[in-house]
Amino acid sequence: MQLLPADRAAQLAAEFGLKQDEYARVLAILGRAPSLTELGIFSVMWSEHCSYKSSRYWLRTLPTKAPWVIHGPGENAGVIDIGDGLAAIFKMESHNHPSFIEPYQGAATGVGGILRDVFTMGARPIANLNALRFGHPDAPRMKRVIDGVVRGIGGYGNCVGVPTVGGEVNFHSAYNGNPLVNAMTVGIAPRDRIFLSAAAGLGNPVVYVGSKTGRDGIHGATMASAEFSADSEEKRPTVQIGDPFVEKLLIEACLELMATDMIVAIQDMGAAGLTSSSVEMAGKGGVGIELVMENVPQREAGMTAYEMMLSESQERMLMILKPGREAEAEAIFRKWELDFAVIGHLTDTGRIVIRHHGVLEADIPLAPLESEAPLYQRPTAETPKQPVLDAADIDAPIGALPALEKLVGSLDLCSRRWIWDQYDSTVGGQTVQRPGGADAAVVKLEGLPRALAMTTDCTPRYCQADPEAGGAQAVAEAWRNLTAVGARPLAITDNMNFGNPEKPEIMGQFASAVRGMAAACLALDFPVVSGNVSLYNETQGRGILPTPAIGGVGVLEDAAQAVGLALRPGLDLVLVGATAGWLGQSLWLREIAGREEGAPPPVDLAAERRHGDFVRAQILSGAVAACHDCADGGLLVTVAEMAMGGATGATLAAPPAGIAPHGWWFGEDQGRYVLAVADGAALLAAAAAAGVPALALGCSGGGDLVLADGSSISVARLVAAHEATLPALMQGDAG
Amino acid sequence: MKAAIVVFPGTNRERDMAIALERATGRKPALLFHRETELPAGTDLVVLPGGFSYGDYLRCGAMAAQSPVMQAVKRFAAGGGHVLGVCNGFQILCEAGLLPGALLRNAALRFLSMDCHMRVERAGTPFTAHWQQGAVFRAPMAHGDGNFFADDETLARLNGEGLVAFRYCTPAGEVTPAANRNGARDNIAGILSPNLRLCGLMPHPEDLVDPLMGGEDGLPLFTSLLDQFASA
Repeated sequence: MQLLPADRAAQLAAEFGLKQDEYARVLAILGRAPSLTELGIFSVMWSEHCSYKSSRYWLRTLPTKAPWVIHGPGENAGVIDIGDGLAAIFKMESHNHPSFIEPYQGAATGVGGILRDVFTMGARPIANLNALRFGHPDAPRMKRVIDGVVRGIGGYGNCVGVPTVGGEVNFHSAYNGNPLVNAMTVGIAPRDRIFLSAAAGLGNPVVYVGSKTGRDGIHGATMASAEFSADSEEKRPTVQIGDPFVEKLLIEACLELMATDMIVAIQDMGAAGLTSSSVEMAGKGGVGIELVMENVPQREAGMTAYEMMLSESQERMLMILKPGREAEAEAIFRKWELDFAVIGHLTDTGRIVIRHHGVLEADIPLAPLESEAPLYQRPTAETPKQPVLDAADIDAPIGALPALEKLVGSLDLCSRRWIWDQYDSTVGGQTVQRPGGADAAVVKLEGLPRALAMTTDCTPRYCQADPEAGGAQAVAEAWRNLTAVGARPLAITDNMNFGNPEKPEIMGQFASAVRGMAAACLALDFPVVSGNVSLYNETQGRGILPTPAIGGVGVLEDAAQAVGLALRPGLDLVLVGATAGWLGQSLWLREIAGREEGAPPPVDLAAERRHGDFVRAQILSGAVAACHDCADGGLLVTVAEMAMGGATGATLAAPPAGIAPHGWWFGEDQGRYVLAVADGAALLAAAAAAGVPALALGCSGGGDLVLADGSSISVARLVAAHEATLPALMQGDAG
Repeated sequence: MKAAIVVFPGTNRERDMAIALERATGRKPALLFHRETELPAGTDLVVLPGGFSYGDYLRCGAMAAQSPVMQAVKRFAAGGGHVLGVCNGFQILCEAGLLPGALLRNAALRFLSMDCHMRVERAGTPFTAHWQQGAVFRAPMAHGDGNFFADDETLARLNGEGLVAFRYCTPAGEVTPAANRNGARDNIAGILSPNLRLCGLMPHPEDLVDPLMGGEDGLPLFTSLLDQFASA
């Protein structure tokens, strides 16, 4: 084995992102200087991206168990029991850094990667969602980023034939230099046919399938574990190129193979490619692994072992087969015109050994690679509490309806149609609620009445002002959105996007957000089953808003029971939940009063659960025609969204005495829903009996939104303001 | 009715199509892999479904049109067989020379995924028997290359001989430029062969055959075909 000279090795270790003490640990484990390939393996396995070295300490405190959880964090994706002998497998993952450097491919490969995390466990993917944060559209490059990310998500998802059914988008200048692209996939598998990644069986063949390995994405995981500087464009070679056509073939081939009994273990080659898949599979199984690099299918001639181990070429999987089944398995992959190669075998040495044309390139003990991996309990600094604002102390510069018209056209509340219209949301033929039709997407399970509801949620401005309250709110809002379509919320995946964890105030945000999330997960019986952490989201020292994006999944026994948010005429509108008129961190305060300040609305988790359970029971009883949770923008925006959704107006009662009108209409108090029902009195009586606050809000009909003071605005005018914003910003072909 | 759905590498709406056919006919269609050289005996209808055959990396449908199974489909069509091509399937029928014209990139150069409305321009065919002439129906569309193009002469023949099956229109049935999202010539969404036994269209009636998914507007396409073979 060719070892690196000591000074060269130390210099390279620093370039690869290893800290001095981390490199010292490498030397101690090996008892000698590393080869180039070995140093590459250590540096990617111990990168923030792969090792979670700053976040692991805190992530352990999240609730991960419930009777319906089959596999929690630690596998490629989370697995939950959804009834009828089926499991839902899902996860959300970030592709933030690559998407800023190369928006189309960064976002596309983000979708490809999360799809593989799900189908590698045996699931057919049935839905994609995403959570996107962009900078202000007028910031440099940002329109190109928005355009490229949307095209990339569509380009990949549309081609693989998995419907993109939901998501969320925020715009804030804090993301100008570091947009966030979080992609989520939900798949379905028989609950007794889940495939795991722990390798087993001395001598069993290690098989590589999918695309060939090229020189793309080398050290992608290292890139994703560092801040951006002014020269981030120079990092374009670290971004991978996606091929959704091959992914589609890979899905079909893997599912065909999974219907047999040939597979012992399987894992996709994601971040850190062949390195992380082989190290993790062998490590989890407590076995050794020996790889022969010349057998790896290669896209170009002359690749070195180092390049092959570090490449992040897409659409590749690694699996351990039962002995003697290679030819049978190969026939399936040949049928789908994919590469299939036996590239090694399992050993009992507990080491990863890599040879290339007979030359030893790496020989590392696996146990210390994992057990000695850095784990930091970094210093934290609490975010200072912001004052609670009283609506009565804030002047309303304009009236409720002019404010509403402005709000529904504002960046964070305007219609996302320009985005959805580029995503195939109907392929599969099971999409019950498409984007915009309801608080959560609803996708039916083929051949069954059962359906899954899915959502992604986070309110970063709340998290910035109070990470603990914001973390709890993100979980609660996902729970609420699932509830609002009638689904029973089951579990979440989390995608923690934060700045540089070496800064105590950033690590403090992280720790507080986890604390808030954990409290909400416990109170709502809504455990975390999978997740991903993306740190160092900073450009030239400026961090993003803390963004713990939550992907929630719930179940409906019967898809026909799902409700949407579109208002129909002739219904009573009832507000469920209590309103204090909380304007701190509200969109009204930001967009109308021009202030980004105050404490965000707190979530009363006990009340949240009580209100949600009540609303869900009402929906499942068939009493509810439409339901929408009160979120960004407050009550009047909620009603306006229902009105626009159904092209139906409404007449609303006056605000109750003792509350400032702008607090009533635009406060973002949590735990609230607006229900449209045929019999408002019956609903109010049921709420009273259940001890849930509720009040009559008005009734639907006509083409205008009418307030008690006689002022009104036509729904058509609201629609015009709502729909105009994004097309106007993105007009023309920015790509 | 015995239907066979062809699956090319990259086809992705074969399941949707199978669900729709089964809903209309009560019978599961056969799935036919692209390497097959013969159709199943007794096939009444061949369906080329939507997707991205061969990744659409050459012109959409161009590579699928050259695959082994298409020789069998061509023989079937030449013998008077019924063939339906939807979205990528329509593109393949055009690339195979079974239908005239071509599908270009959408005029706005973006993928379009939304419901559209179509007017039935030729009722009474095997594909449209269960609609009235001029009926308007809704279906999702999801394509990047659905902008139907044909030269003036071909266009005049299609229009003159009543071979336009469907045109994009407003919900009220008006054929307007605004209703023509992909920029197709003469708002053409779907066309027929001269013997009325081949039909290609861009939107996806197969994704709107169930009230749970928002309606049954697409069902008449499939029940029309069923009737054709029930009465044969």
